[in-house]
Amino acid sequence: MLERGRAASPEDLRRRADWIRLETIRLIDRAGLGHYSSTFSCAEILAVLYYHTLRLLPDRPDWPDRDRFLLGKGHVAVGLWPVLADLGYFSKAWLEGYGHLGSPLNDHPNMRTAPGVDFSSGSLGHNLSVGVGMALAGRLRGRDYRTFVLTGDGELQEGQVWEAAMAASHYRLGGLVAVVDANGFSGGGPTSEAMNIEPLLARFTAFGWRAVEVDGHDVAVLMETFDRLPPVGSEVPTCVVARTRKGKGVTLTEAAPQSWHLGHMTAEQRDAALAEIEARLR
Amino acid sequence: MSNGPEPRMENVFSEQDARRARQRAVGEELLRLVEEREDVVVLSADMGAVMADLRERHPERYVELGIAETNAVSVAAGMAACGFLPYVVSMGPFGIIKCAEQLRSDVAYPRLPVRFVARLSGLAMGFFGTTHHAVEDIAIARSITNLTVVAPCDEPSTRALLRSTVDHPGPIVYRISEGTDRVYAEPPEIRPGGLVTVREGGDVAVIATGVGVGAALGAARLLEAEGVRVRVLDAAYLKPLDEAAIVRAAIETGAVLTVEEHSLVGGLGTAVAEVLARHRVPARLALHGLPDADLEVATPDVLLEHYGLTPAGVAAQVRRLLAA
Repeated sequence: MLERGRAASPEDLRRRADWIRLETIRLIDRAGLGHYSSTFSCAEILAVLYYHTLRLLPDRPDWPDRDRFLLGKGHVAVGLWPVLADLGYFSKAWLEGYGHLGSPLNDHPNMRTAPGVDFSSGSLGHNLSVGVGMALAGRLRGRDYRTFVLTGDGELQEGQVWEAAMAASHYRLGGLVAVVDANGFSGGGPTSEAMNIEPLLARFTAFGWRAVEVDGHDVAVLMETFDRLPPVGSEVPTCVVARTRKGKGVTLTEAAPQSWHLGHMTAEQRDAALAEIEARLR
Repeated sequence: MSNGPEPRMENVFSEQDARRARQRAVGEELLRLVEEREDVVVLSADMGAVMADLRERHPERYVELGIAETNAVSVAAGMAACGFLPYVVSMGPFGIIKCAEQLRSDVAYPRLPVRFVARLSGLAMGFFGTTHHAVEDIAIARSITNLTVVAPCDEPSTRALLRSTVDHPGPIVYRISEGTDRVYAEPPEIRPGGLVTVREGGDVAVIATGVGVGAALGAARLLEAEGVRVRVLDAAYLKPLDEAAIVRAAIETGAVLTVEEHSLVGGLGTAVAEVLARHRVPARLALHGLPDADLEVATPDVLLEHYGLTPAGVAAQVRRLLAA
């Protein structure tokens, strides 16, 4: 079993986040299209959760006491697949077929085809509700798993998110954690221009949540934030607003995060991006 | 509050109304399920009046989610993914129609055993305005892969369907329209995916669902006096649909009428037409239901009369079909 809060150095997790970026570029290259910059913005969050925070049992993906992780912003599944393969949920050979006909690994996660996916996503705004259900189920069964839901900030424009936020505090679900990858952009442009969702801390607080704001690329801060979550049996859900940069970690995508929300790098762009990340990893 | 005789329509928020015979079925059956099985939970979108006993006796198994139907469906999906058997109770007009996408993405694609109980479907809330008609829901539900769609036609069949489907491994929607004539004396045996032969007859087959079954049965009795023997089939299962029974009925009688408290676009009639076309059955077919037009607003009994979803109305449709 992978215990909660297992040993990992911030340096290891930083490198792990960059490894997720590398694998994302490679997978999208094979598939022909994919979401680069919104995966890059949450690479540190995924690294800290999967290599430090979550209690997991990859040999038994349906182990009832595992911590749940729901990828509300399902379009970044491309960053999750290498993690799940690395942890042993499925063979690394599966990555070869990513995005192709018959592959269990799609652009958005499908719980019926990919072991380790706690719930499907793809339609934004649903997974916080699903997380409420999982947290309620855990309490009814007397289990102490935590339920994490990673949402985008654009996703918070969906009204159902706020129905779920209301229900989470109404039912005092202290074991529920929403992590907002607040990279400031949705598919069509800056979140603030499309439909302002700020102030996020005040809004979640007003909905009865404990809300904290962190630098979503600072792995040490993320580790500490997740290490200090209140007990599962406590009565207030937690929202971690992770301020991130869309396209983080690659000059090309940082310079034009919107252009690389969805795209396919040319061979030259791909090689330059890989080289840039590999230089950091050396 | 209503203190008089059986009301012409249900006050959905009145526990007193909820204790009347027609309304009791859902609340009593869900209470029974909760008491029989430790995995059953009941989720409500402000529909607690019919579940007063359940709320009182098992508050931990009753999850009120307020007027937020879509959230309720996704919450249920999360509970189902953790081993529970959730029943979501919602008002028909704000049920399948409003939650179509949550039912598809969170329930049907993942094949989770969520039960969606849409009370007061069809014209049952038609007094309140056009927003309260639920007449597109069968079309939506039956187009969703992996979803089982059932429609009880009266109180005993509501009980029968809730009981007999409890172990079904996938998702189910129950389209319940309470404003119905009684068809069955007691909860009938309904084979999964089967049509129930309510009455035998060889001259014409009336395939009906929900409110339509009682109207069809009444029509069969009226037509018997005219020497017309009507076979009445209860399409309690709209999906899967008993294609063999439909084909057999069409071949044996040569004339099929469908009856439903639903739009003629995409409902039972459309489904039967698809079956007959697929199997190339040469039979006369007529569809009786609600027009693809702005519907009137009135109490359900008045609306059913207006749209001919009554024994006399169905009998007239049968005569017209047989004269064609």
